[in-house]
Amino acid sequence: MAAMNHSGYRMTVEGTAGEEASIRLAGRLALEDLRPLMAELRAIPERMKPRRIALDVSGVEYLDSAGALALIKMEILCGSLGIPFELLGVSEKDHGLLRLIDREAQLRPPLRPESERSDIVAKLGDRARRQYRDVLEIMSFVGELVAALAFCLAHPRTVRWEEVKFYMKRAGADGLPIVALISLLLGLIMAFMSSLQLKQFGANLYVANLVTIAMVRELGPIMTAILVAGRSGSAFAAEIGTMVVNDEVNALVTMGFDPVRFLAVPKVLAAMIVVPILTVYADVFAMLGGLIVGVTGLDLTAFTYIQQTKASIRVFDFATSLAKAVVFAMLISGIGCQRGFQVRGGAEGVGTSTTSAVVSAIFLIIVADSAFAIMLHYVRQ
Amino acid sequence: MAPPGTEPVIIVEGLTARYGEVTILQDVSFEVRRGERFMILGGSGCGKSTLLKHMIGLLRPHAGRVIINGIDITRADEGTLHRVRSRLGVLFQADALFGSMSLAENVALPLAEYTDLPPELIREIVRMKLGLVNLAGYENHMPSELSGGMRKRAGLARAMALDPMFLFFDEPWAGLDPVTAAELDILIRSLNEGTGTTMVFVTQELASIFSLAQRVIMLHRDVKGIIARGAPQELRASSTDPRVNHFFNRRAD
Ligand SMILES: Nc1ncnc2c1ncn2[C@@H]1O[C@H](COP(=O)(O)OP(=O)(O)OP(=O)(O)O)[C@@H](O)[C@H]1O
Ligand SMILES: [Mg+2]
Repeated sequence: MAAMNHSGYRMTVEGTAGEEASIRLAGRLALEDLRPLMAELRAIPERMKPRRIALDVSGVEYLDSAGALALIKMEILCGSLGIPFELLGVSEKDHGLLRLIDREAQLRPPLRPESERSDIVAKLGDRARRQYRDVLEIMSFVGELVAALAFCLAHPRTVRWEEVKFYMKRAGADGLPIVALISLLLGLIMAFMSSLQLKQFGANLYVANLVTIAMVRELGPIMTAILVAGRSGSAFAAEIGTMVVNDEVNALVTMGFDPVRFLAVPKVLAAMIVVPILTVYADVFAMLGGLIVGVTGLDLTAFTYIQQTKASIRVFDFATSLAKAVVFAMLISGIGCQRGFQVRGGAEGVGTSTTSAVVSAIFLIIVADSAFAIMLHYVRQ
Repeated sequence: MAPPGTEPVIIVEGLTARYGEVTILQDVSFEVRRGERFMILGGSGCGKSTLLKHMIGLLRPHAGRVIINGIDITRADEGTLHRVRSRLGVLFQADALFGSMSLAENVALPLAEYTDLPPELIREIVRMKLGLVNLAGYENHMPSELSGGMRKRAGLARAMALDPMFLFFDEPWAGLDPVTAAELDILIRSLNEGTGTTMVFVTQELASIFSLAQRVIMLHRDVKGIIARGAPQELRASSTDPRVNHFFNRRAD
């Protein structure tokens, strides 16, 4: 005979090994004690190797579904060991609960395995196919977007200018402080680092040229574009993605709107207008950063620094920098909207698409910038 | 101890609910008894969901008390509230399943949080719970791959994960076809009778009201409170209030 005490239930086992085992359970059979209860019950057939088992639950005061599960698992275990099992003293109410639990379901395997593990080749193929589909989707979206933009150029009245203004404020005015701060710091750093080298040759004055040319030709548009991608590209993707998830985009379609024209065009137009302006600001603030270093660290006067800066700006560079900014703006806002429309599933899909919008935008910016670098190299000649 | 079925386990006393300066409910009192199926009825916008949110402690009342199992949850500190909440299961109107988790993970979430059971035991329990709502085998499906009715049932399985003493349902039948709704009725009734869980529903679904409810209260926005209480069959047969009559007989005023 063995008697054990736990917080909730009491169990007594009587009988001799190899003969009948009679188990008595009393007290609370509940979720809190499921672990010891199952372990104790399971140990009995192994330890006693009985010919039959009778489980008396007439002393049970409270049985929840976890407790009921333990009883049923015991029954299943005995069944699989070929030991006759009997449950005695079940109250009316507990009987209802025991009947609810589907014994077969407990043994049936899931309709789908836990995680579809596949070999590396299949994974690679799957990946490639997804990439391919992704490229196709982007292409078809680009087509739709260009068509929508062309339509809006031809019919400027159909553009929702209120929306354009709203997104200009969001992407432009609200983004100005961070763009200004980052550019100022960038200008400071560039001027400081280059001055360490140029000082050795007494070429302090050329710090101005370096900062200006680097900023106007390359860094201004790129830095601004990356900041806008992080701030606004992601926001566009999240906004449209949430609308997709909530069937709002479907609602637009059924009301006869073209979702690309309705949702994407105002964002793209707004970005195309504000990103060049932000780029100019970025250039100016970087020059200001250079000026601070020049005046405080290099014994230059503000006047000479500004003169030198002016001399090193070329109209051609400035114009191409603005053109770049417009292209980057289209890429950022376009991919942001596309990733939004692509969302499937729920909240998680929105998160993935937001991340993907930023990553893809930065990737496209770098690719486009490389293309510009090569193109401009030949144009300049 | 009072005989089962008469002992009040949820007591709402003089509850006044406000959003800002707007009073939605004024001095509402009623009680829910152990093991019963209790329904809160009323037209759209009369404050049923608001009342439910106060009963589960999501909102704090402007005045009055809500006592669950002897604990006044309107004055309870976070720790007590947490303990009371672990005894409550809620099925939200929009099933509120976590879209990024499989059904098994959804149901396992409260088990992993509130118990120290090992993973394989949790898996057993999850399988049983999904079996209870006739979703055995769907462990590894994602919510987005299920129909609306299946999602409702999965939400029910998650609400029941910890064998709550109380289950709250906000419009569980909304968006279900009549056959699926009737199946859900049968499931709810057998769960209620099998587990003895006290159940509180917010609904407008006449068929389910008559098939399930033991007692109801009806709210109305004009009085910002209760205009009728009792068994639905009695109210339909004998209420003299035209607002109650119209509701139960599905007539426009
Ligand atoms: N978060 C909130 N802030 C302000 N007012 C609210 C808020 N939620 C609800 N209300 C107002 O409270 C009133 C009652 O809302 P509640 O959601 O409780 O209604 P309901 O009875 O559940 O209606 P339905 O059957 O349509 O779901 C409504 O008039 C609503 O405008
Ligand atoms: Mg509601």
